[in-house]
Amino acid sequence: MTVPLRRAVLIAALAWHCAGAAAQQPTRPQPLKSGLEFTGPEVRELQQDDFANPGMLWITRGENLWQEAAGREGKSCAACHGDAKTTMKGVAVRYPRIDAGSARLINLEGRIQQCRERRQQAEPLKYESPELLALSAYVAQQSRGMPMSATIDWQNRHNFEAGRAMYNRRMGQMNLSCAQCHQDNWGKKLGPETISQGHSVAYPIYRLEWQTMGSLHRRFRSCLSGVRAELLPQGSPEFLDLELYLAWRAGGLPVETPGVRR
Amino acid sequence: MTARIQVTPNPKRGDVIEIRIAIQHPMETGFRLDDGGRAIPKNVVNKLVCRYNNVEIFRAEMGSGIAANPFLDFFTVAEASGELVFDWVDDQGQTGSERVALTVTG
Amino acid sequence: MLKNIYRRGFLAQLLAVCAWPFAPARGADVGSESVEAMVRKVTGGAKVETGRVKLELPVLADNGNSVSLKVNVDSPMTPANYVKSIHIYAARNPRPNVANFYLGPRAGRAQLSTRVRLGGSQRVLALVALSDGTFWSATADVVVTLSACYDAT
Repeated sequence: MTVPLRRAVLIAALAWHCAGAAAQQPTRPQPLKSGLEFTGPEVRELQQDDFANPGMLWITRGENLWQEAAGREGKSCAACHGDAKTTMKGVAVRYPRIDAGSARLINLEGRIQQCRERRQQAEPLKYESPELLALSAYVAQQSRGMPMSATIDWQNRHNFEAGRAMYNRRMGQMNLSCAQCHQDNWGKKLGPETISQGHSVAYPIYRLEWQTMGSLHRRFRSCLSGVRAELLPQGSPEFLDLELYLAWRAGGLPVETPGVRR
Repeated sequence: MTARIQVTPNPKRGDVIEIRIAIQHPMETGFRLDDGGRAIPKNVVNKLVCRYNNVEIFRAEMGSGIAANPFLDFFTVAEASGELVFDWVDDQGQTGSERVALTVTG
Repeated sequence: MLKNIYRRGFLAQLLAVCAWPFAPARGADVGSESVEAMVRKVTGGAKVETGRVKLELPVLADNGNSVSLKVNVDSPMTPANYVKSIHIYAARNPRPNVANFYLGPRAGRAQLSTRVRLGGSQRVLALVALSDGTFWSATADVVVTLSACYDAT
């Protein structure tokens, strides 16, 4: 190769690398907006009315379950955790987090399942069961209004990177990544709907499409089915990593649980 | 069936008070198919009655056209102190019932 | 938009109606009884006046599974003059008679709200029976769209 050609190739390679590196940087949408801003007025009204909000039925159930004796020891959540309004305040905003015992990522549902099985020695609660939805909604609601505060550190950095990679990876028959809708095209129309930034602050949500309450991982599955990708199960490590990335991405946005969405 | 009820607080005699009730119920239409392709049987809360000191003040006959987790908002006039009793039943015969004490001043 | 179609003349009306996608009939108990027939059952053939009834639904529904509905009747609600019943019909639903509500003079205010399912864009009808034997109605047009993405969960 001649010197000028070699220089051109070198510059091109450098430019390509920089472009690639820039695309790999974790980015948040600016400004951060809750999904509520992308729904119609009716959904907004439903969420903001603490009686009409259908999700509140699960909160009421969660409130009752919190006091209910369970398992071999006949202990309720309240027996250890007291009044949820005090002890659970600020809890949901720090999830998902590394579970000290297993050194693995755990989310709120996972923590409740763990408490149920190991501490209460009661039957495990399955994802999307009325009980797990009720309890996770009740606990998350105690952080309503508080900003999402996931911290990325040396312990969960690899989970964060895996989540970010999944977020940016094209998937399914439609070959679309999460980022292509929720990072690059939020605010634009997809059919009759306005694409949101895809935050996780309102979960579990009452989704009108489901006609019931559902978890964040169910919402992931909905999106995967939308792009015709294989649905991973709730609680899977990939979903936990993605949940961590989303928690970071929504950093500063207030928790809205119980949310109402289309 | 979990249900939540809200009534205008601290009514005075003669006040028109607002009553809101939300019931946790799927209101299964009978048109949805399960994973095996079989129709999930219809099951909706088909009747709700509200009695105020034993007198019926409101009745709703509902079908599958009422959205899941039925929500009703209606009114009555606060008269004597007493009790509002809500009774409802679904297609499978499951009943629900809630009582709300009413203290009317004046 | 619906109002403009119905103003343009019979042929245009007919073409417009034929152009609407039809909701397929579903379910064994869905009879061919029209809303008109259902209304006649309530009114006994008596004339239905327009007015006195306000039916509120969003112009564009976020999701057909749950649409907020509010109906209000201009009535003194005294023992001499009150609303007996309110009947809601959605002609393009598989079961058009959505709900019937029975009030009475003790209601104080002839107003109620609920959330309905709408199986497609349509005109919703509220039929009201008064204690004096008269019938009144109001309609509201709602556009209902399908979700942008298919949800297999």
